[in-house]
Amino acid sequence: MIKFIMNGLEVQAEEGWSILETAKFYGLEIPTLCYNEGLSPYGGCRLCLVEIGEGPRAKLVSSCTYPAEEGLFVRTDTNRVIKARRMMIELMLSVAPGSKVIQDLASKFGVKQMRFEVRNEECILCGLCVRICAEQMDAHAIGFQNRGHKKKISTPFDIRSDVCRHCGACMYICPACQLRCQGPDADTAVCNACLTMDPTCLDTYDELQCWMYDAGKCGTCVQEKPEKPNSEDNEKTA
Amino acid sequence: MNVETQKVKIFMQKHDNQKRALISILQDIQAEFNYLPKEALQDVAKTLEIPLIHIIGVATFYRSFSLEPRGKHQATVCTGTACHVRGGPKILDEFERKLGVEAGHTTEDRQFTLETVACLGCCAIGPVVVVDNEYFAHTSIREVGSILKKYRKKEKDNE
Repeated sequence: MIKFIMNGLEVQAEEGWSILETAKFYGLEIPTLCYNEGLSPYGGCRLCLVEIGEGPRAKLVSSCTYPAEEGLFVRTDTNRVIKARRMMIELMLSVAPGSKVIQDLASKFGVKQMRFEVRNEECILCGLCVRICAEQMDAHAIGFQNRGHKKKISTPFDIRSDVCRHCGACMYICPACQLRCQGPDADTAVCNACLTMDPTCLDTYDELQCWMYDAGKCGTCVQEKPEKPNSEDNEKTA
Repeated sequence: MNVETQKVKIFMQKHDNQKRALISILQDIQAEFNYLPKEALQDVAKTLEIPLIHIIGVATFYRSFSLEPRGKHQATVCTGTACHVRGGPKILDEFERKLGVEAGHTTEDRQFTLETVACLGCCAIGPVVVVDNEYFAHTSIREVGSILKKYRKKEKDNE
């Protein structure tokens, strides 16, 4: 057993556990996107950042790839961590604003602005599809190609792969390209339609309910703005 | 079995068909054919028992590998910070105009491959152009034509 401190609690982790797995075991919530229990950790989305160490030497590490160590001092929700997570969400949002998963994360963590150029790429290079293809389907049909800003996920030579069995696992697991955010202006900006929900449907309702019935418009989860008392005047001007 | 596959086979045997020698094998293939032919990569994947996509990943990651045939001469224009402020992009534009290809591509007659580089470490003599390991210092737009002519002329002399 490895003993270390997490959020002031003394926790025990088994050999080989990561910080994230330990946190999950103790019921501490750490947001994730590129992490999946059945796949190897990748540390790509940086949402699971936690702060380790104390004082000026404290640093941010991705908890899904950082192994639990004896005597670690981990904090999962410091200001620095929350700021970094918001920045990561903002960056991912600028790449794939059409993604329901990312728009939901933005709403959940209060990301209300996006200061970057919208790229509408439908891929955030989280590597989930690559890993599920290799590790669970044992097909190795898709993978990363090129590097830097040209990095992309594709089959060899961008043609139909011989080893692909069309199982659809890559599409099933993709957080960006399948489930579309249906809120207002989802493709151009931060949607935040789900932000005003009370209670937030992200946790309470099945997400299907939202995108099947035009999120933000059906009214089941969004509080409508209280009408101004002088509504007649508004009608006249309109 | 054609000559190409035989050569690739010899390269792999040189490294005892070891998975860890992938980059060395790819380097040999690149040196021999001046690019990585699709069939050669498929052969390597089969023999070394590495998924083809992993080999593609390696081949597209490193700049020294190319999936397209490269030209006989490699023209590299530096667009690093120092060369940039001294007019590197303008020289690149001139090269693109004269050769009729964008950076990263090869001319149709397969004579020149035009590429950019972030820094060559000799900022004092910028803007720098390198053609086949020959460095041209303080280049100007006017010199671009003569640089290309020099290599085209070499070609004719050899013939």
